[in-house]
Amino acid sequence: MTLRNTMPDPPRLVGDLAVWLIIVAEMLAFCILFLSYAFARAKDVALFNASQSTLDLHSGAINTVLLITGSWCVVRAVQAVRVDASPSGARWLGAALVCGAGFVTLKVLEFSAKADAGIDLSTNTFFMFYLLLTGFHFLHVIAAMLFLTLLLFKTLQGAYGSSDSHALESGAAFWHMVDLLWIVLFPLVYVMR
Amino acid sequence: MTPNHIWLILLAATGVTFWLGESGLSGSPGMAPVLVMFALAFVKALLVMRDFMELRHAPALWRWLLQGWLVLVTTGIVLAYWIGQR
Repeated sequence: MTLRNTMPDPPRLVGDLAVWLIIVAEMLAFCILFLSYAFARAKDVALFNASQSTLDLHSGAINTVLLITGSWCVVRAVQAVRVDASPSGARWLGAALVCGAGFVTLKVLEFSAKADAGIDLSTNTFFMFYLLLTGFHFLHVIAAMLFLTLLLFKTLQGAYGSSDSHALESGAAFWHMVDLLWIVLFPLVYVMR
Repeated sequence: MTPNHIWLILLAATGVTFWLGESGLSGSPGMAPVLVMFALAFVKALLVMRDFMELRHAPALWRWLLQGWLVLVTTGIVLAYWIGQR
């Protein structure tokens, strides 16, 4: 074994710097929303608890499972592409998109049920935050899915491999951010009471 | 830990959080439920950051930027919950 092989790899930010700057900006926006929700709740706990009890905990939990599983699929896709197994990588990306589509379907059903019940941004402080937070997050899931669909087609064309998986890694980082945000959002909005 | 192990840990932690809500334990008095819930969210988010986003091998600045975000968000939420209980 040569000395070169025993040296650890230098630190590396996986993905494009521009995408990471977007990730940090989005996370700051969500940080403000999360803390605003938490402190608004502290001022009117009874209203928040009563409104929260109308949310479907099951669909919130299933959505968490879908996003976590989607993230895991994307990790497996990146791993596959790094060893030049593009067909396998594309299948994992497809599986992640199926998870994303499941999330979007459940969320659309949830939003339409709330709309049918006459709930909108002006109903009360809880529902204003609920719609802003989950709606803003929903838009990020859609954006991440569009990004991933593009990457799926490029992967099928064999555009990425062991020598270059930069774009795929960038898309993966954005996808994981969407998962990360939901990991905080789910206990905050659906469970904490 | 491989990504498969991490996925299973994330699923198990989600199951516990769901159970806290479903059983009604999330509404029991005191700080315990919210502390458990956000300790779990903290661990889950940390695993996603370090292993899925590969920040474990990233320059320290990026790792601490995101981990600092997580500390700020979770402690802020727990603090707000505590204020709401008083």
